[in-house]
Amino acid sequence: MSRDGQGIRAAVARGSDLPVLLPAAGRLARSAAEERAFGLPALRLTPGHGVVILLLFLLATGAAEAETAPLHASVIMTLLKWTPLLLKGFAFNIAISFFAMAIGTAAGTGLGLAQISLLPPVRRTASFAMHFFRNAPWLVVLFYCMFLLPFQVRIFGVEVPLPDWIKATFGLGLPVMANVAEIVRGAVQSIPSGQWESANSLAFSRRQTIWMIILPQCVKRMLPPWMNLYAILAMSTVLASVVGVSEVMTLTGDVLAAENRSELLLPFYSYILVWFFLYCYPIARWTVSLERRFSVNI
Amino acid sequence: MVTSGDKPIVSISDVHKSFGSVEVLKGVSMDVRKGEVVCIIGPSGSGKSTLLRCINGLVPIDKGAIRVAAYEVHKLMKDKELLALRREVAMVFQQYNLFPHKTALQNVMMAPIHVLKEDKKEVETRARALMVKVRLADKVDAYPGELSGGQQQRVAIARGLAMRPEIMLFDEVTAALDPETVKEVLVTIREVAEEGMTCILVTHEMGFAREVADHVYFTDHGVIVEHGPPAEFFAHAREARTREFLSQIL
Repeated sequence: MSRDGQGIRAAVARGSDLPVLLPAAGRLARSAAEERAFGLPALRLTPGHGVVILLLFLLATGAAEAETAPLHASVIMTLLKWTPLLLKGFAFNIAISFFAMAIGTAAGTGLGLAQISLLPPVRRTASFAMHFFRNAPWLVVLFYCMFLLPFQVRIFGVEVPLPDWIKATFGLGLPVMANVAEIVRGAVQSIPSGQWESANSLAFSRRQTIWMIILPQCVKRMLPPWMNLYAILAMSTVLASVVGVSEVMTLTGDVLAAENRSELLLPFYSYILVWFFLYCYPIARWTVSLERRFSVNI
Repeated sequence: MVTSGDKPIVSISDVHKSFGSVEVLKGVSMDVRKGEVVCIIGPSGSGKSTLLRCINGLVPIDKGAIRVAAYEVHKLMKDKELLALRREVAMVFQQYNLFPHKTALQNVMMAPIHVLKEDKKEVETRARALMVKVRLADKVDAYPGELSGGQQQRVAIARGLAMRPEIMLFDEVTAALDPETVKEVLVTIREVAEEGMTCILVTHEMGFAREVADHVYFTDHGVIVEHGPPAEFFAHAREARTREFLSQIL
């Protein structure tokens, strides 16, 4: 081990910000590692996507307007009329995404830490659960939760009803949990081993090391993939419509059924698409900027 | 923990350690008395750093015995026992390994507060005094990322001293530093040694070893080839292997 070699390795371990020309294989390995760290495909939304979605909406609305029979209200007016109701449904989607993210993050942190447990059975069980829920189709997990969870539970002798949307929240929370677990595990393992060594040599217990030294350093690394996961979850809340929760997709279906005008179909659904874009785009941009900032300096 | 001047505070006998099929330590023995400064030199891969990590139980040994103060290190199995040992043995690393999310002062204060459960005010007074001692009084609120390598390493030394250990281990602490900053770190280590701290250093700084060490050990391929007081060791090495190494490095 030459001293220079150690210096370079040290610089790499520190995450050097020097402009280093990596060979192609190194570059590929690095981008693959980044993709893996994200767990899920990164949501790379650009303004171009927004323009396409907006054009789709405007074209659909324009075409529908032209098709509208003379006696019917205009498409724009119909959209505006139903907007308050649809917004309520959309707020419900956001609420489900918040709760599912909260449940998934809390449970996922536990599951992620269980994956680095020193006890092999705990580690193996956690790893199995993580793989199971990460690779199971979200909709299937959602269906299981809808039909396996009771419609009410008894807590300390009090009957607590479990409405559909709560069950759906749990159903979406499970895959989130598995993905958060993988984000946590990946982040913990990305912390240089020297941090564990120095914490050990200062007589910190394992628990103290994890909570006071390792996890605080992980937050920065976890934030971008965590936000990416949230954006994907926010879009996936529409799955709840399949199991009958009255969120924005269900309500749109109801509205279209009530209006009974086939030309409204495309304008309404592209209208909802615009909303989702407006909600997810800032998150995606923020994720990318955080990622850039953190990849340089830690 | 009272140790007489003659009884070694660290006693290593016939230590063996393998990583997989690679035997890193092949029967190493060494005694270090209280207040003594011992330098371990030798080519890379000769097992110096591993030996250091065996002393505070970071690396468990396969065979042999290590006693540090009152602790039989090779018999410590439970985490709790190992943690008790590590309160007595501070270690400074080549890569500094400061906690990047804490300021310099917090780095120094963390272990005494959370591990030794000492009073926060008292620890802070001591930590500030230590920062003065390592000449970084103006950097107490800086994060490790804002400090030079030499400054980080001095914070790491202060962090070790804050535990008020019996023994300090230094693992090639200047190997990753710029030549200009090596000196400031060596000056700090010399001061620590002169105050009577028992120090075991793995180092490539031969000049420093010659000046500061009470005893120099030369390791190669997992064994101690030869050892002696520095004047004798550097001037009249007995073994051919030692002479060869010294001729290459001096």
